[in-house]
Amino acid sequence: MEHLIDIVLLGLLMITGFAIVRMKSLLAVAMLTSIYSLLSALLFVVLDAVDVALTEAAIGAGISTILMLATVTLTRDEEEAPRHTPLLPLAVVTVTGAALIYGTLDMPHYGDPAAPVHQHVASTYLHDTPGEIGVPNVVTSVLASYRGYDTLGEVTVIFTAGAGVLALLGYRTRRRNIQTRKLVVLRVIAKLFFPLILLFALYVLFHGDFGPGGGFQAGVIFATGFILYALAFGLGNAQRVIPHPLLRIMAAVGVLMYAAVGIEGILLGGKFLEYGVLADDPVTGQHLGIMLIELGVGITVAAVMLIIYYSFVSRRD
Amino acid sequence: MDTVVQILSWILLLGGAVFLLIGAIGVLRFPDFYTRLHAVSVCDTLGAGLVLVGLMLQGGFSLVTVKLLLIFYFMMFSGPTAVHALAQAALRSKLKPLVDDPDSR
Repeated sequence: MEHLIDIVLLGLLMITGFAIVRMKSLLAVAMLTSIYSLLSALLFVVLDAVDVALTEAAIGAGISTILMLATVTLTRDEEEAPRHTPLLPLAVVTVTGAALIYGTLDMPHYGDPAAPVHQHVASTYLHDTPGEIGVPNVVTSVLASYRGYDTLGEVTVIFTAGAGVLALLGYRTRRRNIQTRKLVVLRVIAKLFFPLILLFALYVLFHGDFGPGGGFQAGVIFATGFILYALAFGLGNAQRVIPHPLLRIMAAVGVLMYAAVGIEGILLGGKFLEYGVLADDPVTGQHLGIMLIELGVGITVAAVMLIIYYSFVSRRD
Repeated sequence: MDTVVQILSWILLLGGAVFLLIGAIGVLRFPDFYTRLHAVSVCDTLGAGLVLVGLMLQGGFSLVTVKLLLIFYFMMFSGPTAVHALAQAALRSKLKPLVDDPDSR
């Protein structure tokens, strides 16, 4: 049964891929990319990787579609005719694809418990998490505690991406939109959904220890709430709610909060990012540390997503 | 009692699937943008709604049902709003509805 679902989903992925290649209208391509991400998220659910599925659905299908649409409206929505013959790209793609398929021959069988990835450190994480960290969601314990350095790096990358967008695109303050009488239905519904989306983001953030979720997903969902507000009420009104200078500060505050939790560990006599020393009981310390760094991740991700959105949209006149 | 709930839930699930299928056929077969929107809105409200209610009956009195109820609530608001926004955007960009059969002209 599961194989059948896999085959259907992979088939739909392939069809979407071909449709993306064939399509000339970039708006349609942006929507198809969103469908592609949603299908990948479904595949992750089938593979029981719910955390990854949530990330893919929120980032791939949600926010990156909005950013792509914003980019398309800034440029043109028709693809240019190719200036060269497609033979060389075809050859490159064929060779790469053949090499990748050749590589899969050496891979362990699908779902094989003896695969190297399950033999290395994964079993240690699965075995030690209940005693050492005490959170039911092992993904969170690996991401936030065992692999805390990596996650700090990832948050820094996101912060750098936001800084890069600011440096390249800059930002124009636009504060005109006040209420008009248009788009009544859209505005009423957006007003209704806005608090619920923010509430859901907070749920995803603080429920990350127990179920799928965490700072990355929560940050994106939080940003999506404000983007919905900006779409319905205009960028100027959204900036009255959450102004751009505040976002720049928040983007830095999240990363610094993460690093500060690490340094706090050193000051209390442990190692960098060792949460066990944060409280009297090591397990409570782990809980506290994970919650604080997830909060930091969420703040930075939400702020950077909104910075990118504001930068893109404020350039449109 | 249990069998009744099961049968009811499957009727709803299959009914939802039928409406989704009708919507999909409509999107492919209808002649212009506005009539296609009409077909899509069937998928969003009746199709997905019936499937969700069927799943709620499968879930019984549990947290899953509460979550499905929330999703149902979201779908009932977001689907019609999205279709409304699309139709309004199309009207504003001066897309004329097709008013008579192109073959009869």
